[in-house]
Amino acid sequence: MLEIKNICKTFNKGTVNEKVAINNLSLTLEDGDFVTVIGGNGAGKSTMLNLIAGAFPVDSGSIIANGKDITHLPDFKRASILGRVFQDPMMGTSANMLIEENLALANRRGQKRGLKWGISDAEREDFKKQLAALNLGLEDRLSTKVGLLSGGQRQALTLLMAVLRKPDLLLLDEHTAALDPKTAAKVLEMTDRIVSKHNLTTLMVTHNMKDAIEHGNRLIMMDAGRIVVDIRGEEKKKLTVPYLIDLFSKASGSTEANDAMLLSK
Amino acid sequence: MDFFGSLLNATPGAVSQGIIWGIMAIGLYITFKIMDIADLSVDGSFATGGAVCVMLIRGGCNPWLAVLVAMCAGGVAGLITALLHTKCEIPAILSGILTQLALYSINLRIMGGRANQPVSVDKYPLLVSQRYVRELSLRNPLPLIILLTAIVIGFMYWFFGTERGCSMRATGDNPNMAKAQGINVKNNIILALVFSNAIVAFSGALIAQFQGSADINMGRGAIVIGLAAVIIGEVFTKKFFKNFALKLLGVSIGAIIYYLVLQVTLQLGLNTNDLKLISATIVAVFLAIPYWKKLASQKAGRKGGRNA
Repeated sequence: MLEIKNICKTFNKGTVNEKVAINNLSLTLEDGDFVTVIGGNGAGKSTMLNLIAGAFPVDSGSIIANGKDITHLPDFKRASILGRVFQDPMMGTSANMLIEENLALANRRGQKRGLKWGISDAEREDFKKQLAALNLGLEDRLSTKVGLLSGGQRQALTLLMAVLRKPDLLLLDEHTAALDPKTAAKVLEMTDRIVSKHNLTTLMVTHNMKDAIEHGNRLIMMDAGRIVVDIRGEEKKKLTVPYLIDLFSKASGSTEANDAMLLSK
Repeated sequence: MDFFGSLLNATPGAVSQGIIWGIMAIGLYITFKIMDIADLSVDGSFATGGAVCVMLIRGGCNPWLAVLVAMCAGGVAGLITALLHTKCEIPAILSGILTQLALYSINLRIMGGRANQPVSVDKYPLLVSQRYVRELSLRNPLPLIILLTAIVIGFMYWFFGTERGCSMRATGDNPNMAKAQGINVKNNIILALVFSNAIVAFSGALIAQFQGSADINMGRGAIVIGLAAVIIGEVFTKKFFKNFALKLLGVSIGAIIYYLVLQVTLQLGLNTNDLKLISATIVAVFLAIPYWKKLASQKAGRKGGRNA
């Protein structure tokens, strides 16, 4: 589905703050792959997702989705095949617009927006059903401003918006990191349900090793802008956190286990 | 009694002016409130609207057509600002200032190199004129300007409810979200600036006819008056007006209140040279009110907390 070939990205090139974020990275996703991505701070996880989404251009290399080269496509054009959920719950929704308006916007992702009325009654009915399935009681609050929802509710809504029009690729950038543990677990469970229901090809960045092991069919670990571990299928099911930490130290060539990763259990 | 007498006498004029300037403020609402951009080109495009309209009418053009052309000219001015901002990545405020500055020269050229061009209601069939503002006849400008305001509000209500309009609101509210939903953010900013300045020029065209002349300085401070109308309207009508169309009506009401307050201060004996100072003061006070209110409620909150 997605083919990333030798992409590189360096920030602040030629200055003292030069930072190689992605270093000659290649990755191929099969249809229906649910890949969890882990790695320390600054390993390049978010940068990789942003490059796929087109938030900024790659320095070199190419990105091919569904056989089509999207390397130089602007972000809003790539959105037609991508669903995105960000780490910051404020980022994926429009706070001053109603729940139904946000959903209606998402329902037109990648389509021409003309002078037809922005939302139809049939859509409202559909949104109600889909919101009811989230079990958050949002189905009766279609005309509530999104800004009044909690972080967890907003993140769940963003997730629904990302898949309302089925994306070819779902990008989840630590989408539960800003939530309290209980809500995070709920949103993750919701993610699992939605991904398997629509059989979505998914890239999920997480800081939590346990989550990375428990979810998805494939796990990649990044370090210094490269993929250093790529485990899938039966092998992935057998993974444990200590083993993963061990793998990480070996792969990155450093004996000091990454604090951030240790701290996240 | 003399004070109230002359104030009463001046009221219809102030209200009419307020309504017409209110149209300008509604145009400003698009950029300032919906798109979250402070567009300073309006000072120039307002005068452009007046200049184009007056010159065309003086040349024998139908006043309706003249207004329409004036709107297009305003739209082009907005387009320039938009292109400077989106295609050259110049900050929005600076783009607006550049356009405004350039428009000063352009407006002078439009007006044949003169700073003022009169258009008398005796010689031309003007749409609105302040001369008839106290008359009980069909020539009174009030019904027409109220109708035009209603049309502008109706158009905006419709447009911002469409798919395209919704995508523009999302662009202004959260560009990140808009991009993730496949919305072309830059195109929406361009469209908003064109719309906004066309409406501003429309108001300029009406004001020029209303006062019987186009003046190179007629738009000076327009942005301040527009913001004043938006904010005063919000302060007074926030509690009752939740619907988008009503919020726009609130802007119009804000403009009327602004002109009435201005009229009172003038009647109190302040001189017209001090107008800009008075305007700035009124706006500063109304801009500060929401913050003061918040401070006051926080104080009240703290007290309440102690009691509880």
